[in-house]
Amino acid sequence: MTIPLSWYLLFAAALFGIGFFGVLSRRNAVAALMGVELMLNAVNINLVAFWRYVRPADLTGQIFAIFVLAVAAAEAAVGLALMIAIYRTRRTINVDEIDLLKG
Amino acid sequence: MSLLFLVLALLTLVMAIGTVTARNLFHAALFLVGAFFGVATIYVLLEAEFLAVSQVIIYIGAIATLIVFAIMLSRSMMGREAGGYNRYWVAAAVGVAALWSLLALLLTTVSFPVVDQPVPADAIVQIGAGLIGPYLIPFEVVSVLLVVALMGAVMIARERHRQR
Repeated sequence: MTIPLSWYLLFAAALFGIGFFGVLSRRNAVAALMGVELMLNAVNINLVAFWRYVRPADLTGQIFAIFVLAVAAAEAAVGLALMIAIYRTRRTINVDEIDLLKG
Repeated sequence: MSLLFLVLALLTLVMAIGTVTARNLFHAALFLVGAFFGVATIYVLLEAEFLAVSQVIIYIGAIATLIVFAIMLSRSMMGREAGGYNRYWVAAAVGVAALWSLLALLLTTVSFPVVDQPVPADAIVQIGAGLIGPYLIPFEVVSVLLVVALMGAVMIARERHRQR
């Protein structure tokens, strides 16, 4: 336990921030989805770090991280399927050109 | 040990920055794989070996492959305009930097109830027992969610016959 807990949390916060920046700023929808994946990874690091440093005896933190992993897989599959469907009809997946729902 | 953490964390962050800045979308996907590997090494440092292996299998083996397939299925995304930012990117960068500073301030001032305990030797056994014991219902719900999401993905991405 030579590494302080706050280092892991700062690292996870930085990873979350980078992913959030990707989601907010990228024009391409697949690139934005990659940002979401980075954010989910950062959350998982937080869960595992708190498990290791605060409650190492029961494995709840790790089990919750596994659930996050499964939901991330579902999210990636649905998100990419949506992008393929949008690309097929609109020939673009730039987020600011997909404005069918805009009145 | 601390030096190892610093090197791995820095490498992971560099990979993550590459993911959000690479102009070529395919390069961004490769950077993303690097970032996933970096996170897996952080799990190893935290003595969560099962999660590290799951990370490599699910994120790199499945999700990254899926992203690469989606990139290849829509070929024009490989073009040079794919890496562009929208007009809010400066505001996004400033906002994210502010968010990180705020979080850093909070994380360094709050003292967490850290205990110095070893990880139980049968950690993986306990995870398995937890998934079919107290966490059985969430486990089943997640499995149903995964099946529904994958079937929905197939339905959405399927090519429909055009009606004229």
